[in-house]
Amino acid sequence: MSEDGRKVRIIQGNEASVEGAIAAGCRFFAGYPITPASEIAELMSRRLPPVGGTFLQMEDEIASINAVIGASWGGAKACTASSGPGISLMQEGVGYAAETETPCVVINVMRGGPATGQPTISSQQDIYQARYGGHGDYEIIALVPSSAQEAYDLTIKAFNLAEEFRVPVYLLSDEIVGHTRERVVMGGPIEVRERVAPPKEGYRPYAAGPDGLLPGMPAFNDGYRLLVEGQHHDERGIRAGDDVNKSAALVQRLNDKVRKNIDRITDVERVDLDDAEVAVVCFGSTARPALEAVQSAREKGVKAGALRLRVIWPFPEKVVAELAGRARTLIVPEMNIGKLVLEVRRSAGGRAEVISLPRLGGALHTPEEVEGAIMDAVKGGNAR
Amino acid sequence: MNEIAEKYLRQEALPMIFCPGCGDGTVLGAFLRAVDELKIGDQLALVGGIGCSGWMPVYVNVDTIHTLHGRAIPVAVGLKATRPDRKVVVFTGDGDAIGIGGNHFIHAARRNVDLTVIMINNAIYGMTGGQAAPTTPSGATTQTTPYGNPEDPFDACKLAEAAGATYVARWTAGHPRQLIKAFKEAIQHPGFAFIEVMTQCPVQAGRYIKGGLDAPEFLADIRKSVVTEAQAATMPPEELAGRTRIGLLHRSERPELTQRLAALNRGEKR
Repeated sequence: MSEDGRKVRIIQGNEASVEGAIAAGCRFFAGYPITPASEIAELMSRRLPPVGGTFLQMEDEIASINAVIGASWGGAKACTASSGPGISLMQEGVGYAAETETPCVVINVMRGGPATGQPTISSQQDIYQARYGGHGDYEIIALVPSSAQEAYDLTIKAFNLAEEFRVPVYLLSDEIVGHTRERVVMGGPIEVRERVAPPKEGYRPYAAGPDGLLPGMPAFNDGYRLLVEGQHHDERGIRAGDDVNKSAALVQRLNDKVRKNIDRITDVERVDLDDAEVAVVCFGSTARPALEAVQSAREKGVKAGALRLRVIWPFPEKVVAELAGRARTLIVPEMNIGKLVLEVRRSAGGRAEVISLPRLGGALHTPEEVEGAIMDAVKGGNAR
Repeated sequence: MNEIAEKYLRQEALPMIFCPGCGDGTVLGAFLRAVDELKIGDQLALVGGIGCSGWMPVYVNVDTIHTLHGRAIPVAVGLKATRPDRKVVVFTGDGDAIGIGGNHFIHAARRNVDLTVIMINNAIYGMTGGQAAPTTPSGATTQTTPYGNPEDPFDACKLAEAAGATYVARWTAGHPRQLIKAFKEAIQHPGFAFIEVMTQCPVQAGRYIKGGLDAPEFLADIRKSVVTEAQAATMPPEELAGRTRIGLLHRSERPELTQRLAALNRGEKR
C-alpha cells in the first residue's frame, strides 16, 4: 500500500467490482449464483459482514432485486449482480426501482444469449435489455467497463450516480472483463457520494427540484412516514394512476431527469480523434482490440481514432453527432448482432458513413479484424 | 372517525378501495388496535403486496412500501436486514403470498426471518375480477373455472409450518378480538410469524363461488366452516369433517435470521 492509501492488486474484474462497491459504501448485497457473475456474490459474502454489511443469498433473482429495493429504503446502499437469465428475471424489479426512484446498482456480467445460451462465454447482447428490459417508459443509467480497473472505478461511479439521480444504475460488465485478471489500483482519494437525509419539515417525498431530481434519500423508520408506491403517484406518494395529468408528469420526469441531465452523466474517452478520418466507436471489452487496431493503423499513417463510451445509457448522442460532423467513417465493433450501431447511426444523422462490425458466438474481435475494417474504410473513402 | 382511525390512518390516502362488505376493514381495524396496544408505531415498517389486501398498509400513516405482485416478502427481508429493530409487517393475499409469491414465502419461513406476514385469504383473485386462486375450493366456479375448479387448494398454514415458520395462526374476519391478540403475539414473536385471515369477499367470491351470498351471510358461512381446537375436542368426527382449524396452530423457537447475520457482523462464525 502506498502513502495515500492506494493499493495495487492483480484481480479479476468481478473482484474489482466488489471492491469498488465496498469502497462506494455498498452495505447490502442480495444475489443468486450464476455464471459468469458468481464470484461477485462469493466475494460479497466474505467482504460485507466484517464491514457491518449484509450478504443474502436469495431464492432467485426476483427476490434479489426486491430485497435490494427493500434494503435501499431501509437505509443501505444496495447492489445485486447476475447475468443474462437472472437479469431477465429482475426486469420487473428494475422498473419498480425506476418508478419509485430507488437508488440501486445492478451488475450484469454479460454472457451469450438468448436463453441459457453461453454461460461461460462473453457477449454484449444485453445492452438494450438494460435500457428497455422492463415494461413502460423509464430511463436508467448504464456504465460499461473495459478492464478490471474500470470495473472498480465505474462500480464506484455507478453507486454515486444511483444516489445522485435516484435511479437504478447498471454496470454492464461482461465475461471477459469479469474474469480477466489484471492490475487494479484501488483506494486512495476516491469520490464517494454519501446519502443525505432530506429535511423532514413539510417533506413531500416525490417533489422534485427544477432539474427533475429528488433531494436526498430518506430511510424508513426515521420519522418521514413515507409511502412508496409502485402505481403512478403524486408528490406525496399517493396513488394517482387514474389522473392522466399527474401520471403523464411523473413519467415525463422519470425520463427527463436522466435525459436532460445527460451532460452530467456522459463519460467518454477520446483517442486520436482530433484529425481522425475514421473513428471506431467502441465500449466494454470490444474496446480493447479496437484501441489496439487504432494504434496500429496510426503507426501505418492512417488517420484513425477511437471514441470509447464508458456510459452507453443515456446514449451520448451529441458527442457522436459532433464526431460524425468531422470524421468520414464511424466503425462500431460489438459482440452482438449489431445493436449500439443503431444509436450511432441515428446520432450521426447521415453526416458520416457508419459501419457495423458485429460479432456473435462470443469470440472477441481481433485487433487485425478491426484494423482491417479501418483499412477498408480508408480505401472506400479514396474510391469515393 | 374513531380515535384509533384518526391516530393511525393516512388521511390523504382515503377513501379506501375496499368494496362494501369486504372483510379487509375489520382486519385492518384489529391490526391498528394491536399496534396501539403494543405502542410500536415508530418501529413499524409496513409492506403491501398486490391485490386488495396489499392496499391495507397504504392507509396506515407509518413508513409503507407498496410493492410488486408477489414480492412483498423479499422487500420486507431487505428492510428487516438493514435494521433488525424494525417491526416489519407484510400484508398479502392468498394469490400474492402462495401463488405468484410462493417461492419467497417458503424461503422466508425457512430462514425464520423476523417478519409478521398477514395473509388475507378470500379464496379468489378479487381485484382482477374473480379468477381462481391457489386457495379456491375444488369444484368451485370462478371466472376462470366456469366448469368447476379441477384443482385442490393449498392449506397455507400447513405450508408455512412445513417450510419452517415459527408462529402460525389462522382466524377469520369474524374473530376481531382473537385477531388483535394474534397480531400482538405475531409482532412480538422473534421469528417468521404467519397469520392467515379468512375473509368474506361478497363482490367476487360471494358472487362466483358462493352463489350470491351477501357479506353477513358470507361471514356466517365462514364461521360455520371453521373450528377451534377446543370445539374440535368435543365434536363428533362426522361434524368435524371438512372444517378448517382456526386458532394458534404452531409455535416454536429457532434462531432468527437477522440475529444470526448480526453475529456474522461481530465476527462470530456460524
